[in-house]
Order: sequence, then structure tokens, then C-alpha cells
Amino acid sequence: MTLKAREHRLGWGLVAPALLWTGAFFALPFLAMLALSFARMEGRQIVPALDPGNYTRFLTDPTLFGALLNSLEITVLVTALSVVLAWPLAAIIAFRVPARWQRLALLLAVLPFWTSYVVRSYAWLLVLGQNGVVNRGLMAVGAIAEPLEISATRTATVIGFVHFFVMLLTLTIYANLIQLSPNYARAAADLGAGRWQTFRHVILPLTLPGVVTGAFLTFVLCIGDYITPQILGGNSELTVPQLIMLQLGRSGNFPLASALSVVLMAVVTLAYFACGRWLRLDRV
Amino acid sequence: MRVLSWLYLALAYVFVFLPVAVLVAFSFQDGRLPVPPFKGVSFRWYEKVLGDGDLMAALGHSFLVAVVSSLIALVLGFLAAHALARVALPGSALMRGVLIAPMTVSYLIVALGLLNLFNLTGVRLSLWTAGIGHVVINLPLCFAILYAAMGDHQKNAERAARDLGAAEWQVLALVSAPMLAMPLAAAFFLSVTFSWDEFIIAFLLTRFDVTLPVEIWSMLKSGLSPATNAVGSLVFLVSVTLVILLEILVFRRAK
Repeated sequence: MTLKAREHRLGWGLVAPALLWTGAFFALPFLAMLALSFARMEGRQIVPALDPGNYTRFLTDPTLFGALLNSLEITVLVTALSVVLAWPLAAIIAFRVPARWQRLALLLAVLPFWTSYVVRSYAWLLVLGQNGVVNRGLMAVGAIAEPLEISATRTATVIGFVHFFVMLLTLTIYANLIQLSPNYARAAADLGAGRWQTFRHVILPLTLPGVVTGAFLTFVLCIGDYITPQILGGNSELTVPQLIMLQLGRSGNFPLASALSVVLMAVVTLAYFACGRWLRLDRV
Repeated sequence: MRVLSWLYLALAYVFVFLPVAVLVAFSFQDGRLPVPPFKGVSFRWYEKVLGDGDLMAALGHSFLVAVVSSLIALVLGFLAAHALARVALPGSALMRGVLIAPMTVSYLIVALGLLNLFNLTGVRLSLWTAGIGHVVINLPLCFAILYAAMGDHQKNAERAARDLGAAEWQVLALVSAPMLAMPLAAAFFLSVTFSWDEFIIAFLLTRFDVTLPVEIWSMLKSGLSPATNAVGSLVFLVSVTLVILLEILVFRRAK
């Protein structure tokens, strides 16, 4: 056997276990889910079929389609708010905080990122609830007479999400900012650009990969999350993951749950191609 | 401008730490509800939580699942990264794509797919089935970190070892792995933290023995209680300890 052939055989041998695992426990289940989404429910029995009924039901039932609209509205709002809030935070840490304190400042800014995410949503409930810290505080200073209805609304869901994703985006944008050589800004200034022009035409475009990578991760994690809308939004309005969980629990309607998952995945894939040019997932 | 920057930074810290501060503060509440007014300091909720058999069992399960699934993800990711970084295999870009793919899919979909598969094949749900799911989500992470860390100077050392008669497994275990100690540790700790925290996969793929996030979820259903704050604070403490260890062990020494 030639050296090259031996090397190849070795290479295949090393990559095979990971590929088999991903194939058996990720690709195969996904194909099974795709097949199941075309199955029919008869009573509580799942009947294999090639029935697009789950998809037509999704498109025509206002509750189901409405859930996708809710999910999209929340996700787009959360992604936009998180980017707008995280960019200045990352920039302040990268450019204003003295170099030797930067790592500490960053570590602190994202420390609650590491709280258990079930617990994090619960903690926001304590802050935003009817008797929560915000309401009690505002009532104590006389700003409001009656507690505000924040929990069990979309506002609470959005606040809970933004809290988490601001931390995530601060990480990705900061990583991008500190790689920028100060010479770019200097060159722009030498060529007569004002501070705003330097920011708008030089710094901002150069941080696009960090912003887009973070925004894409935000989009994926936000649109697929069950916990935050369930704990903070309550059942005031449903998102797609909540709907999927309802199908699994109440009626055992796996085909419909599978179809909804396929829809969710299609949306994420569209987002992936939309960001494709700037996306650097392998360099997170 | 300068003042505004510091003000923004301060406000950001307040926003980021507000829920954690409230969570921890009211875990010491001397009363039945973890909301204002604060009635005094008491450790009884911690006593209750630490004496709770179900919770402590769930804690043990979480630890077991996190460590075992992260080790598997780490080994599979390391071998695959080594192969794809060192050997010019046909279709290697495609294979990289396949290995990274689970990163772009919601955990809920990974969980539902596996649940379907286990139902179809009659596999009973247990901590192991949840562990399989955790390997699926952590493998791309381990692979990406290790693949990015494999540089050319390691390649030369590996070649030297081979020339001196080392078998391939010896090269991997005695040369490649020690040179990648830092990224290996980083990948392992990150996987452990993600698995430790993960809810939806553990929720859908376990049945009788559950992990801590699932146990906490069932506590939430009975309403607000300082006991939940106490568990949450303890979990936060564990995660923060892991992150600080990672920072000190990996990033400080990397400098």
C-alpha cells in the first residue's frame, strides 16, 4: 500500500466515529422527522402516509401560522435590540477600558450568561412580576399606583431574551473589535474623515462579521427557545416551540410537531443563507 | 463622550446583574415569597434544598451526564479534527460542514428528532439517551475549537515522532494531545457548562431519572419559592466557578 493510501485510510478511520455519531443521532433522526411530518393521526394512532395535511393545516390554521408570526416578530425585535445595545458595550470595553482591565470587564459583563437558563428566566419573573422588584420599587417611590402588567406579556419575553443575547453579542463583537488595528482609524483620520465618518465607513463595516455571526446565533437560539416565552410570556401568545411542546404533551401529535419543527428549521436555513456571506461559524 | 461611556457601562452592568442579584438576595429571604419586602436573612431555604433527596440526585445525574457526554464529544471531535486538519481527504469541506451542522439547529429539533428515533426503535428513555443528545450538540463545538487550534508547528512534531517509530495512536496520545492541552481543556469545560445547563433535550429524553434543570423546571410549576432561588444561586455558583477556572487555567496561561 502506498503512503498516501495508508494516510487516507487512517484519516477515514479517525473521522468516521464523529461522522457516524452525527449521522446516526442527527441526520437520521432529522430524516425520520421529515418522514413523520407527512404521517397522519387517526385517533391517537400515528399512521404512516404521504399526506401534506400537517403543512396545509399550518398554513390555514390562524393559531399555527400566528405562532410563526409571533416567533418571527419576537426574534427580529430581540436580534435588532440586542445588536444595538451590545455594540456600544463591546466598543466601550474594547476602546475605553484600560487594557489590563479589559478581560475582567468583559468577564463581568457576561458572567450572568452562565446562569442556568431556566433559572435566568425565573429570576426575571422575580424582577418583572406583579409583586416583583420593579413594580414594588416604582410603587414605593410613587411613580405608579397600580402594579404594571409586565410578566405574562411579550415585553417580558423580549426583556428576558435581550438580557441573554446582549451578553452573547458583546462577546462576538468584542472579539471582532480588538482584532482591528488602530491604523484603520488613523488612516481614515489622516484622509480627513470625521469621527462619525470613520465610524460609519470604516469601523462599523469591519465589525460586520462579528455582528452577523452573533446576530445569526441570536436568531437561531431565540426562535427555537421554549423556556423564555413559556416562563415569561406565559400563555398570552404562543411561539412555535411552545406550540411544538403542546403537541407533544397534550395530544401526542408527533406528526404535527414534526411538521412545525421542519418549518422552524426551514426558517433558520433561510436566515443562514441570508447571512451566509459574512458568517464565520467555524471561527466563533 | 467619556462620561457617557462610563454611564452606559454602569447601566449595562446594572441590567446584566439585576436578575442575578435579585435571585441571590431573595434566596436568603426569611419568608415564604421571594419578592419584596425583604424580611431578614435566613439560611433555611439552603438547608431545605441541600436536604432534598430528589434535587441532590438530579445534581448527581447532571454531573454524570455532563462529564461523560463531554468526554465523548471531546474524543470524537479531537479525532475528527486531527484527521481533517492533517490528511487531505476528498470531500473534507463537506465533512466539516456535516460536523458543524448541528450548531445551526435548535436544541428542540435535535431533541424531537432523537425522541422520534428512540420511540421508533423502542429504546427506553434514560440519562443515557439525554447524554447522546448532549454529545450531538457539543461535538460541533469541540470539533470547531480543536480544528481551529491545529497549527503547522504541531504537524512537524508529529512527523518527527512518526519518523522515530511512534505508532499512530502514540503520536495522537503522546504528541498531538499534550500540545493541544489548552484548547482541549477549553472545549471540555465549555461542553460541560452547556450540558450542565441544558434543559429541552434533557426534558424530552429522560424519564424517571432527570437532570437538575428538569428538576428545577418542575419546582417552578408550584409557583415562586425562595427554595428555587437557593437552587438557582447554587447552580450559578457552580457555573461561575467553572468559568473562572477556565479563565485562570486556559486563558491566563495562554498569554
